[in-house]
Amino acid sequence: MKDILSELDERRAAARAGGGERRVASQHAKGKLTARERIDLLLDEDSFEEYDMFVRHRCTDFGMEAERPAGDGVVTGWGTVNGRQVYVFSQDFTVMGGSVSETHGAKICKIMDMAMQNGAPVIGINDSGGARIQEGVSSLAAYGEVFQRNIDASGVVPQISMIMGPCAGGAVYSPAMTDFIFMVKDSSYMFVTGPDVVKTVTNEQVTAEELGGATTHTKKSSVADAAFENDVEALAEVRRLIDFLPLNNREKPPVRPFFDSPDRVEPSLDTLVPENPNAPYDMRELILKTADEGDFYEIQKDFAGNIITGFIRLEGRTVGVVANQPMVLAGCLDIDSSRKAARFVRFCDAFEIPLLTFVDVPGFLPGTTQEYNGVIKHGAKLLYAYGEATVPKVTVITRKAYGGAYVVMSSKHLMGDVNYAWPTSEIAVMGAKGATEILYRSELNDPEKIAARAADYEDRFANPFVAAEKGFVDEVIMPQSTRKRVARAFAALRNKSTNKPWKKHDNIPL
Amino acid sequence: MFEKILIANRGEIACRVIKTAKAMGIKTVAIYSDADKNALHVKMADEAVHIGPPPANQSYIVIDKVMEAIKQTGAQAVHPGYGFLSENSKFAEALEAAGVAFIGPPVGAIEKMGDKITSKKIAQEANVSTVPGYMGLIEDAEEAVKISNQIGYPVMIKASAGGGGKGMRIAWNDTEAREGFQSSKNEAANSFGDDRIFIEKFVTQPRHIEIQVLCDSHGNGVYLHERECSIQRRNQKVVEEAPSPFLDEATRKAMGEQSLALAHAVGYASAGTVEFIVDGDRNFYFLEMNTRLQVEHPVTELITGVDLVEQMIRVADGEVLGIKQEDLKINGWAIENRLYAEDPYRNFLPSIGRLTRYRPPVEGALGDGTVRNDTGVFEGGEISMYYDPMIAKLCTWGPDRATAIETMRTALDSFEVEGIGHNLPFVAAVMDHDIFIKGDMTTAFIEEQYPDGFEGVTLDETALSRVAAACAAMHRVAEIRRTRVSGRMDNHERKVGDDWVVTAQGARMDVTVDADKDGATVQLKDGASLRVESDWTPGDSLARVMIDGTPMVLKVDKMVGGFRIRFRGADIKVHVRTPRQAELADLMPEKLPPDTSKMLLCPMPGLIVKIDVAEGEEVQEGQALCTVEAMKMENILRAEKKGIVTKINAGPGDSLAVDEVIMEFE
Repeated sequence: MKDILSELDERRAAARAGGGERRVASQHAKGKLTARERIDLLLDEDSFEEYDMFVRHRCTDFGMEAERPAGDGVVTGWGTVNGRQVYVFSQDFTVMGGSVSETHGAKICKIMDMAMQNGAPVIGINDSGGARIQEGVSSLAAYGEVFQRNIDASGVVPQISMIMGPCAGGAVYSPAMTDFIFMVKDSSYMFVTGPDVVKTVTNEQVTAEELGGATTHTKKSSVADAAFENDVEALAEVRRLIDFLPLNNREKPPVRPFFDSPDRVEPSLDTLVPENPNAPYDMRELILKTADEGDFYEIQKDFAGNIITGFIRLEGRTVGVVANQPMVLAGCLDIDSSRKAARFVRFCDAFEIPLLTFVDVPGFLPGTTQEYNGVIKHGAKLLYAYGEATVPKVTVITRKAYGGAYVVMSSKHLMGDVNYAWPTSEIAVMGAKGATEILYRSELNDPEKIAARAADYEDRFANPFVAAEKGFVDEVIMPQSTRKRVARAFAALRNKSTNKPWKKHDNIPL
Repeated sequence: MFEKILIANRGEIACRVIKTAKAMGIKTVAIYSDADKNALHVKMADEAVHIGPPPANQSYIVIDKVMEAIKQTGAQAVHPGYGFLSENSKFAEALEAAGVAFIGPPVGAIEKMGDKITSKKIAQEANVSTVPGYMGLIEDAEEAVKISNQIGYPVMIKASAGGGGKGMRIAWNDTEAREGFQSSKNEAANSFGDDRIFIEKFVTQPRHIEIQVLCDSHGNGVYLHERECSIQRRNQKVVEEAPSPFLDEATRKAMGEQSLALAHAVGYASAGTVEFIVDGDRNFYFLEMNTRLQVEHPVTELITGVDLVEQMIRVADGEVLGIKQEDLKINGWAIENRLYAEDPYRNFLPSIGRLTRYRPPVEGALGDGTVRNDTGVFEGGEISMYYDPMIAKLCTWGPDRATAIETMRTALDSFEVEGIGHNLPFVAAVMDHDIFIKGDMTTAFIEEQYPDGFEGVTLDETALSRVAAACAAMHRVAEIRRTRVSGRMDNHERKVGDDWVVTAQGARMDVTVDADKDGATVQLKDGASLRVESDWTPGDSLARVMIDGTPMVLKVDKMVGGFRIRFRGADIKVHVRTPRQAELADLMPEKLPPDTSKMLLCPMPGLIVKIDVAEGEEVQEGQALCTVEAMKMENILRAEKKGIVTKINAGPGDSLAVDEVIMEFE
């Protein structure tokens, strides 16, 4: 009996050893942790339940039958993050380079199926050389099976991808379909084709880091949602994100105890909007002063800075925030900011996370670059996302809300539930100068007359009251009471329910 | 008594004067420029008059505009504060002509003391000790030796036209005097084309000590003892205290009486300050007299109980001084720290912008001392580029110097200023500096102790272990809160452990947190144990912690895996990790911050207006590289040294954040 029990111990120890000391040391030398070390940091202490530890591949080609490591290059199972269940797979680069075989893929699919059935998020830790070439099409099939599950799980349970090593070729398309992608600076990269192929095909000389490193994907391509200094920091931050997210689409977002009065007033917000209507100010200050304990989890911080997206809590409950940022490009909407915000809004709507929108938008960015690249359809994404969202939507206009961009930004006309405006708001079809130049074209050569017309226009429209008279704004509020008013608005919307016409699915302008 | 006075100033001093006027039942009128529309002094005053655009030379110091405001409001008297028009005799004359009282000295006194040479002459005539020296032309080296002997060594041999240390020699004996004269003369002739030389006493270990006087228009006067203002940065006072830790009773009395003699000699009537330079042997020499209320007057008020502004108003109204010299005792000790919007980590570069957070310590009792904070700003207000970048004058009082210093440390620890760079960490460092604690400072203190600028404070072992214990206890509280989230698996909740590894300042401390209902006992690996009690909850930006019965206040910011802690001038990252997390964190490579010595970084958030150079171009030291517009001001960035531009990362129209790389050099 004793021997049989100890055989289990031995087998476990062998599986846990991964690729062995030498490969583990080499992994560490690259500044990377092993698959299991990462799970230790991701999950609550001692909460990991591993499955399929003894799975081995079945390939017999190219001498593969000689090397059949237990676990097959990926560690799978579930555990808890602050007591809440999550499923996890973590590719083990020390075992056959974390390459994806038929069985490796099957292990991932198994826990994804469990996650969907049991309503818990999936966190995938990617660190893989790619397809296991010896297995040929079986390996591709494995990817395909994972892709299909990514698609099926989308909007059912949150899916988070951690890129913590190489992720190249077809492999990128699994993370690509998840809700969030996080990378580690200097030790991770993602691309469809690597630098060698790029050089052969296009003669471009580019390093892996330049082509698909964390900086590229957070600042240029917007493929990744954030990048962190190292594995430890990245895993701590993903735990922080999990704290904000519901476990599945049937559950309300989490609530946790908070130490911040919902009635807190912030007199300093009364002076946030500068006297000069063209002077920028930092919208982040409003977000931080509205949030519980000033805690804000920003998504895509380094991309399209003219719009800010991320999570805060109000009265301990998660709220998604979208805010124009006057500090960057005057806070205008353009292709990048529309895409960024639209995806965020759709995530929140899919998972019942209420949406708070802060508006200071002078309009859409003009120019051939924008038009040629399809700002019409990209801008429509955000419009569409807001319009289809049925979660509680509270909007605060702080200053400019001009033209079509006004309508886009969670306006009353797109089923905004509670729409507030600060007294500093200017809700109009455009700025006074532009408007008068169109309305009084004949007087353009008389600067005095035009200035007077502009002043008239400003008096009439550079305020929130015209919109308030029509009920497009529910209430004009003091900036200092924003937190209180917004918290109460969401409190009043806790039981919101709406019905939309049946459809197979929508056809968002992709 | 006046019914209404106008304060011809702004900022904290305007607020200061309004406070006293209110207490005296006098109505107040503020004046303000465009930049000060929402300023605190405007809100505090009963009336406010707009007097023009932001630059002071188009508003606050335009006499006609101030006179117009007086006329408009019917103010009967004007308090000028300090700076601006406070020592402008033309302004005092204009007031006199209009029949409006000037809350300050008579015109004649301002004029006489306003000129360096005249004031020195008057001082000499009034038997006030002045720096011995020979102002006439010196013919040759032998004469120089003779004069030097008359003055007494050491002496300073200076070129009349000198400046910036050129043509300046210090001589300790005849030989040095002879050589010094010759070399100064040559240098002066070469550098300035003017070889006139004069000699004066060289003051060793100089300290700046000044006497506050108060006189009425009936010939009565008192001195309110001294203030020591030796801690200065480029002649700008930073830390002041009263009394001076250096003076003895006899010197104090002599300085006080001479100051009063000088005041009487010029018919002084108001509050005024006589500044002296004092050497290591307590010889004191007159420097100048400031015919106005000084910035640092609160320390005098704190040790004498006299409201100087009230006295100034009463004197201006013709009252007889109600205070006798024998009533003026020194009660305890007071210290003032000037908080400036100057970034100590960037060589005290002025930092302007919005005060996103401004929470001064509560005024009144704090521990065994008291706190006073004179300020003209508020949270959400703006530090504008047009005026003095002062945020506040934080003063503490204690029954003795040590208590005043300790109270100041706590007051600084609990003073929250965010949104702009400020010198709070620097003055906090000074409060903990040995030389300051001993009271041994000279006017060269900052220059000598911080020759390479200020790089922050490193906490000593005791302070660090206290901070570590506090952070471990706080982290545990924050982690437990995280486990109270909804949706957790019943019976499989996360159990927050007791063992933690704290790392800060490169040190690692393994601790066990044993929590109970009142706090926690934090056991350090080396056997020491610290009792931590605090009402801190996650999100609080200040943690008031009692450690083994000693109170401390930490500024706390969230950070991945720990806290950023600011305490006593230190600004450190404190990681709190489980033993397993710490073990794995140790495997992480240390990433060195990129070497920025060969890069041009954007010094402030701003817009690139112009790039003056091209890639591959060789630039000379001082050559303009680009122009950054920030707060409507164009700033030309220049090359610090010769080099070749290898890469330009930004172009005109780009808006950059602070520290973004504009260009790189070879």
